[in-house]
Formats: sequence, C-alpha cells, structure tokens
Amino acid sequence: MPDTIKLEEKKLKVIGTRPVRPDGVPKVTGLARYGADYSLPGMLWGKILRSPHAHARIRSIDTSQAQALPGVKAVMTSADLPEQKFEYVGPERVAVNFWHMTRNIMAREKVLYEGHAVAAVAAISSTVADEALRLIKVDYEVLPHVIDVDEAMRPDAPLLFADMITRGVEPAPGKPSNISKRIELKIGDLEAGFAAADEIVEMDFKTAPVHQGYIEPQGCLARFDTDGQGEIWASSQGHFVVRAFTAQLLEMNIGNLLVHPAEIGGGFGGKTVIYIEPVAAVLSRKTGHPVKIVMSREDVFMATGPTSGAAMTVKIGVKKDGKIVAADGLFKFQAGAFPGSPVMNACMCSFAPYDIPNVRSVGYDVVCNRPKSAAYRAPGSPISAFAVESVIDVAAARIGMDPLQFRLKNSAKVGTPTVWGPKHAHDSYAATIQALLKHPGYTAPLGKNQGRGVASGFWFNNGGESSATAHVNEDGTVVVATGSPDIGGSRASMALMAAETLGIDYDKVRPIVADTASIGYTHVTGGSRVTFASGIAVIEACKKVIGELRARAAMTWDVDVDDVIWEEGHARPAGKNMGRFEPLSLKAIAAKKAVTGGPISASASVNAGGVAPGFASELCDVEVDPETGGVKILRFVAAQDVGRAIHPSYVEGQIQGGVAQGIGWALNEEYIYDQAGRLLNAGFLDYRIPVASDLPMIEAVLVEVPNPNHPFGVKGAGEVNIVPSMAAVANAVSHAIGRRMTELPMSPPKVLVALDSGRGD
Amino acid sequence: MSEMRYEAPKTLAAAVALLSGAKGQASVLAGGTDLLIQMRAGRVEPELLVDIKGIPEMTSIVAENGGFRFGAAVTCMELIEHEAFAKAWPGVTDGVKLIGSIQVKGRATVGGNLCNASPAADSVPALITAGAAVSIVGPNGRREARVEDIATEPGKISLAKGEIVVSFLLPRRPPHSGDAYLRFTPRTEMDIAVVGAGVNLTLDEKGVCSQARVSLGAVAERALLVSEAAAALIGTKVDAAALKRLAAAASAACRPIDDKRGTKEYRIKVAGVMARRAAEIALARSVSSFAPTHSLRKTARTQDSI
Amino acid sequence: MAKHHVTATINGNGVEFLCETHQTLLEVLRDELGLTGTKEGCGTGDCGACSVTVDGRLVCSCLVLGVETEGKSIQTIEGMGVGKDLHPLQRKFLEHAALQCGICTPGILIAARSLLERNPNPTEEEVRYGLAGNLCRCTGYHKIVDAVLDAAREMRRA
Repeated sequence: MPDTIKLEEKKLKVIGTRPVRPDGVPKVTGLARYGADYSLPGMLWGKILRSPHAHARIRSIDTSQAQALPGVKAVMTSADLPEQKFEYVGPERVAVNFWHMTRNIMAREKVLYEGHAVAAVAAISSTVADEALRLIKVDYEVLPHVIDVDEAMRPDAPLLFADMITRGVEPAPGKPSNISKRIELKIGDLEAGFAAADEIVEMDFKTAPVHQGYIEPQGCLARFDTDGQGEIWASSQGHFVVRAFTAQLLEMNIGNLLVHPAEIGGGFGGKTVIYIEPVAAVLSRKTGHPVKIVMSREDVFMATGPTSGAAMTVKIGVKKDGKIVAADGLFKFQAGAFPGSPVMNACMCSFAPYDIPNVRSVGYDVVCNRPKSAAYRAPGSPISAFAVESVIDVAAARIGMDPLQFRLKNSAKVGTPTVWGPKHAHDSYAATIQALLKHPGYTAPLGKNQGRGVASGFWFNNGGESSATAHVNEDGTVVVATGSPDIGGSRASMALMAAETLGIDYDKVRPIVADTASIGYTHVTGGSRVTFASGIAVIEACKKVIGELRARAAMTWDVDVDDVIWEEGHARPAGKNMGRFEPLSLKAIAAKKAVTGGPISASASVNAGGVAPGFASELCDVEVDPETGGVKILRFVAAQDVGRAIHPSYVEGQIQGGVAQGIGWALNEEYIYDQAGRLLNAGFLDYRIPVASDLPMIEAVLVEVPNPNHPFGVKGAGEVNIVPSMAAVANAVSHAIGRRMTELPMSPPKVLVALDSGRGD
Repeated sequence: MSEMRYEAPKTLAAAVALLSGAKGQASVLAGGTDLLIQMRAGRVEPELLVDIKGIPEMTSIVAENGGFRFGAAVTCMELIEHEAFAKAWPGVTDGVKLIGSIQVKGRATVGGNLCNASPAADSVPALITAGAAVSIVGPNGRREARVEDIATEPGKISLAKGEIVVSFLLPRRPPHSGDAYLRFTPRTEMDIAVVGAGVNLTLDEKGVCSQARVSLGAVAERALLVSEAAAALIGTKVDAAALKRLAAAASAACRPIDDKRGTKEYRIKVAGVMARRAAEIALARSVSSFAPTHSLRKTARTQDSI
Repeated sequence: MAKHHVTATINGNGVEFLCETHQTLLEVLRDELGLTGTKEGCGTGDCGACSVTVDGRLVCSCLVLGVETEGKSIQTIEGMGVGKDLHPLQRKFLEHAALQCGICTPGILIAARSLLERNPNPTEEEVRYGLAGNLCRCTGYHKIVDAVLDAAREMRRA
C-alpha cells in the first residue's frame, strides 16, 4: 500500500489534547467490572490454603476431611498439575521456567515462603470454603530459612534448592548455593579507568523489598466445559500471557482457552504473572462449575511478587574537571523463592545515562524464602539508580560541581556505548537535565532542616508484539480493538491515534480491549510498550482502513485508487487534472459500504521495533524533623522525556504516580519479618504506602523529544519516572541532615540514628 | 463454622444479661473497627455478638456537673463534631481525631478504643490526662473506675465477665486549662502511634502551672500516667527548662519494646519530644483562655509538627 | 444456620436481604446484591476502596456487618449520579483525569462527596487530609486533589 499520508509532517489535530477517556464513565459510576466483579450462575468459591512457614518440607497433605465437608465440591493440590520441564525459556532478561512456575502456583516438595500455596478448595460459599481449608492437614518438616540477600549468599546458608548450581560462572561451581546466576557486563578497561581518576567514590547500599501495592487484589473467574474448552475472566496486565501460562501449566491447547480481560485495578508489573488462574481453572475442570478466586490483601502481600531487596556496592572514578572515567557496580538481588530477579536490568540500566568509557556491572540473582519477585515499574532500574545516583551526588560534591551540571557533562549521547553492547541511538537525557536547570525550583531558597536532591534514571521502554483491528461502522464511527489491557488510560491514547490517523473526531472512535479469541496476540501491558507498540498496530490497522476507504472512493468515482488521497478524514482526488469530485467523508463512504464491497475493517499485527528509551531527571526538596527523623516532602519536580504525549493528562498521571511510589519506597515501604521468616506487615496499615496527606503536588514536566521511529513520536512514559525518585529523596535527606543515607527505606528511626551519629561532631 | 449469634439489646440490663449468660466467648460490638478485623483474621471467634449501639445511654453526649458525659458507643466523628466538647477538651479531641481515617472514625468509638486495650490507642493518653472516669455496668451493678485502670496489657482489660464500659465522665475544667495530644507516626494519617503523648495542664492567674497530668502511649504494655513528668511542669511557667525536665521524665518513664512500628531507643527518645511538644500546645491553649491583654506568651508551635 | 433477614434502604430503594452474622456490608453489597461498584482493597479498613455512607455517615463497608444495617439508609457509588446526570465530582474526575486504573475511584468519590458536604470550601491540605483514608496507588493524588477542588468550586457556584 502506498504511504499516501505523512503523519509526522502533518500538524496534529487531536494528539496532545486531553479528552475524557472512553472508559471513564463506568469507572466513576461503579459499573466497570474488575477481576472480582464477575459471577456466573452455579459459581463456586475457590480458596487457597497457604503455608504458615517460611521454609518447610511437605511430608503429606490430608484433604479427606475437607473433601467430606458438605458443600465442598473439589480439593486440589500440586498433584492436580502436571510436572513441567526444567528449562529457562525466552530472552534472558525475562526468561521463565515452568518447572518453577508450577511450583509457585502450588508447592510440591517444599514450601519456600510464608503464604506459598499448598492446596485449594472449591465450595458453594466463601464460608464453607474457609471452613474446608481449616480441615486440610499438612504435615510440615520445618526447615531453616533465609531472607536477607547477603545471608542467602553465605556458603553456610540454608539452601532452597539442593541442586542449584550458579549459572554464568566458568568453570561451574562444584557446590550448590542460593545464587541462581551471575551476570557480568563490561566495557573498556576498568583498572586503567580508576587509575586515571582524581577522585574515587565507593559506597555500599541496601534496599528493602517493596510491593507494587496495587489496590485491587488479584481476582479471577474460570469455567470449563466437559469438552475441555475453558474461559477465564482475569484482572491482568496481559490476558494472552494468562492464556499461555495457564494452558502450559494445565497441559491444554492454547486454542481451547479463552481469556477475557477484566478491568485491572493497578498492576505496576505485578500482574504480568499469574497466581490464581490455573487454580481456578483446575477447580472448575474438576467440578464442572465456574469457580471464582479472589485474593485477600494478606495473600497479596505474602504471596505475590514484590520486587527485590538488594545489597549493592557502587564505585566511580572522576577527573577534577568532572568527567567520569570509570564505574563499577555490584548488584545482589533477592529473587525470592525462585530465580528471576530483575538484576540484569539493574546491571544494564545502572550506568546507562552516562558516557563512561570503562564500566563493569556485576549482578547476582539470589533465591531466598520470600515470594518470587515480580516486575515492578522499570524492574531493577530504580534499585541500581538509588545506588548510582547517590554516588554521583557524592562525587559531584567531592569535586565541587553542581550535581545537575555534573550529570549534564557526563550524559550519554547518540553513539555512546552501553555496557550491554549497542550504542545509544537517542540523546534526550540532557534535555531532562536542562528542564530541571531551568526550573525555578532548582534555585529556590531552602529553609532550616531542609535539603534538595536531584537524580536521574534510564529505562529501555519496550516494543514487541501487538495487534489491533479497526472496524468502520455504517454510521462512520470506528471501533478500534487492541489486545492491551488498559491500565491507566491506554484506550484514550489508542482512540486519539486512530482519530488522528483517520482524520476523524476523537468521539467517533470507540476503543475496546478484545479477548484472546477476538484479536491477534498481544504481549503484556508492561515495559512502557502499549502506547508505542499497540499504538503502531492501531495506526497500521487504520492505514489499511484508509487504503480500503480510498479504494471505495475510487470505485465510486470510477478512477484508479492511486488517484485518490486521504486527507482530513476525506477521500479526495489526488490532483486537479483528475476531474472534479466532491470529497467523500469516511461517514459517506461507510454509508455505502454494502454496495461498494461490504464491511470495511482491517487488522494489523506488529512486532514493533524502533523503541526509544526513556530518561527522567527529578528534583526533590525535603524537610527533616531533627527530633523525630520524620521526613516531609516539600516539593517534587519530575522532568521526563516522553517522546510525544498522546494524552498529556495521562502521561502526567504516570509521572505523578511513579514518583509517589518512589517516595513511598524511599521513606517507609518495606517488608518486615519476624525470626521465623513470617511477614509482620501484610496489610495496608503497616505496609505504609503514601496517603494523600503525605505528598505535595508532584510537578510533571513533559520533555517531548519525539521518537523518529514512531509515526507520532511515541517513546513510552510509564516507568522511568520511578527510577530516579528514591535517589532524589535520599540525596535531599542527606543534604538536609548532613549525613549520607545509604539504606532504604529512610524511615524515621533510621534518619534519627543518622542525625544522632552526626551530633557532637 | 460455629454459629455466631447477633443480639442488639435496647437496655443495659439486657446487654449485661446476654454477656454474662453467654456460654462461649461473647464480644461487645460497638464500632467493630477492631473486632471485625480480629474476626476476619480468625484471632477471635465469638459465639455471641452484643451490639450495644441501640442503648441510649451508650450513644449520647450530655453535660453533667459542668463537665461532659459521653457514651462509650458514641462514634469518634460524633464526638469530634460536638462543638462544645471539642472546645472544652481539645486534647481529647486531638486524640480521637487521630484514630484511623474518617471512615474508621465514623464507626469507631472511644469505648472500643479503650477496651481494645492497644497500648497505642490514641484517645487513651488524652483521656487519662483529662482525669476521665469510666462508668461500668455489670451483673453486680454499676461501678466507677479511672481510664488508666482499664487496660492492663495488650488486649487485656480489667473488666469482669458481663461488665461493659458504659460511659466516660470528663470533669468540669478549672479556668486557664489546656490539653493536647500528639503522636508520632511515619505517615501523616492512617497509622498507629509509634509514641503518643497527652498533656493536660492548668495555669493560675499568674500563669504558673498549678495542675498537670501527662500520659504516654505506645511506650509500655498500656498507656502510662507519668506523674514525674507532670511534676516537672507544676509550679513552673512551663518555660524551656521545665519542658526539658518534662521531656527527660517522659523518656525515663518509657519501657517500650522493639516491634514493627519502632525501636525501643527511638520510642524513648521521641516520647520526650512528643511530651514536650504536646505540653507546648496545651500551654498555648491554656494561655489563650486569658483575656487578650493578658497575653502571657506567644502561641506555641502548632500541631503540624514537621 | 438461620440467616438474618435485614430490611434497609440502598440508594433510596427499599431492599431486603439475607445474611450470615459474620458477613460484612461489603460482602452483602457485592455478593448478595450484585452492587460490585464498592470495591474490596483490603478488608481491614485501611484503604477506603469500600467507602459508603450509612445514615449519612462515611464508613468502610468492610467494617460494618450486614446485620447491623437493619433500618439504615446506605449510599453507594451506584447511587451517586442522579438519573443520567453525573455528580459534579464524577464529571470533574473525568475531566481532570483523576483516575487511572479506577479501582479506588468509587471509594474516593463517596469520601469526597462526604468531605464536601461537611466542608464545601476546603483547602488543598483539607482535601488531602480528608481523603487520607482512601489509598490510590496510580495517581500520586495530584489530579484527584485538583478534581475535588474544582468540583467544590463548581458546587459552590451552583
């Protein structure tokens, strides 16, 4: 199809405006249906029995009493799930191992964390299901446990897997350990780099594991027919992934499983994996009834993916003129009960914003007796950025340079090599620094006990597989279907891109999220990929529709299709010498579709490349109460390169939300365990995510450096905002109290200890 | 699942009869903001719930002998919104305001806050400093007790089977009195006190502190009445030196534990800080009752502590 | 076990339902009456997603037993708009993009309406403290606060 429209050269009409989101009204009236909101006639309630121990061998499970309880229709254990092959599948950064996954869904030989699922029941009511769980007798042999990453790496640590040999070490270690993998990325000559440095700053850091904290606990409904066909309604970041994983774990054909995307009540990465869907599916298959499972908040904290806690050492060497000449990072990440922490991302992102000739990043993926880590907003990058950006702050001070100017001087540009190989192809980092330098907040005076911190961050953003279909209705409206669950306004951005491409009004486009049988494969809503990749699919589908609309106009005018162009929502003759034809609107063509060839619709499936990364630079002012160590956030400014903001309000919202999560991570969020490895704060009372009165207005500065590889310049905006936040807060607190904070969270007792350690100096 | 009965008696006598006649565990259901959570977690499994919100004496706020009597089942929001009460007892109101969210306060009661027997209960230190009396009714009739004598340790109270806390009596206040309650929490709201401090003081006509009571929460197995801390204020103009002695006495009285909400050292240190700041607010409130020309001191720092 | 028969008013309509003693108002609304607009985020009164009003008083419906609502008047998100018209808060939430995933939105709208009934002209700080019982993990609260302040302005003019 000839590309008769040059979108990027046009003046944009609807992109960049802020219309009401198409899915908004049901969400303010309570009619939108989330994972827990689906029900079917004859539905049973599924409940999961969870381990009270951090680490134990399962000697036996006796379900007979539960099975015998009136109202109980089925009981399941891991015996109801087939064994899986032990192999890592997929790209290294996001590899999955179904041998692990099936054990995470339902423990087999051992329970590996408190809250690990061991059995499940389906019963006629929630009350009966609860009662049945109490009747299941599990005989455990309690084993020593280990949670802290440094302790888990010790040679004498209790082993989660007796046969785990560290990958990535040559020659392979002779003894098993909890270290699943070692990663080393390197460029240049580290030794020579540090030898050339005038100043070397080296510091150790520790971060607590934190939870994504979505407000909607996981919920799903499954139903199966006796012919083996099944349906699942699930709140997830990717219903195609729910389908693929569930089908694999149940050993069924993908085609026999239909997954419907429920509205999703927050995910932040935590709903890119599955927990309850295979359980509901097995219970439904066993009973012939629909089965609903909804997690409790305690379940969510105990058994779903937090991100890793980490121990890190970062060292950088700097010349007096401010040039960073060498950087070395050691990143040890808790993977949780099964391998797969985001440590590789941490290794890659850590020094990515900077042009440093000699860099090494070493990462360890370490299993421990906590729930398996799951993705959390730019997984890995915020953790390593906390360490790196703290060291950068100290280094800038050491050589007497303004911390933003220091970053600007060292900022990566087009052609700067990355530690993982390819050269940077985009250099918008500097623009985010400039935005802060220009911001009045950067030079505003500070009061007593106040401090200012800045920090920056990098995130890859993502492309990949997406599908879309555009259907032209007979009245000239257009339905645009994608396979991307809408987690924060993506239907609005899909509609805007479709309207812009087709040249019609925003309110003529009705965007939907289609189920797995109604649209082509689409990867998860994650990695800041949807507006970019699914956006490209939408644009491609709309372009195909335009081709068809031109063909219909050509037929109507009896001219060659190449003589028809599409402009501002109308088919027009390509040139004056073509003859005088009144332009045909989309609506006019649609009205005649039956006599010009039938329905007008087109699909596009893409594996979108040309991704451009995201950079953010953030500024935070705090005030510290010198007597309590309490930290109040006074000001927060986040400048992020967003490529182009399709719906600026939702882009700002991403930034404000990411920063708020970063502030929570920085100040108060942590998992607190007792001596037995049991979680003491599995609830929103003591797992302290920020409340409205904890935060100031968060000023989002949209830096728009369009991505040349996307028709509208989209890069992705969802994640990089959280990357600098903890470091920005830490740098601010450190300046306010005159002591360097190297451990997260910077909760009041820790800040007070730091303050007191400084008194009397 | 064992059957759980629900009863909503209209009189105290009926409530007492139900509670004392119960075979298994019987729980008083007032606001339910602690009880329902404990039931949900399986920590308590009562055989009988006695909803006492239908008993008029337990849900009213009345003037009595120049003071106030309010029912143990009055919700926190009703108490906060009672203007005369809030004016007379701003410190007690501070404490009640800090109990959970507005939603929680719409249900939670001061009686429940006391009888749940959490050492961190926000209304309790303020009630202790207020010298509040508790009216208790049980199978053997009515008796009076002091607020500080109800909770004995976390989750335990000194009431006998069948007894109910019916109401609180806060006495008439002498002129130039002020009270305040402050707590420290990592978040601004929706948190449990790491340390709480209540101070109630009265100034004489010369601005000298003639009476004082100081109470600390979350630093021991129950809220403490700290007479040494009060003694640091009495006879002074609540000046910097007195406040320093108050803070030291408050810290010295702490016998906290390490738990998920704070360390021992932290609680001891911050208890002194909270007591001093609460005293400053109480002082400002008592000073404000002097005629405007009789300005003894500038208003102390506000409650917004950081 | 015999269930309780409860007669209450929900969003102005007389409603009868059966419930077990331990069932919360939240469970009754969602599982017995199909009013799933009220959300469960925690079940322990810590997130506010299940906010409703009972006899005009803002509460977490997870901390109220169904049996306690005999004779009471309950307002849920499903009754917030009037007929086809959205409440000004609902409109302003849409205009300001004050929701992302939307799971906390019903609870926040109910809490915000209650806040504005008590204080029609709140400051930013009063809005923040007034909504402190409602957790939102998506927005950082910025646009929520903007929307509530804007709705308050409009409602004062009306």
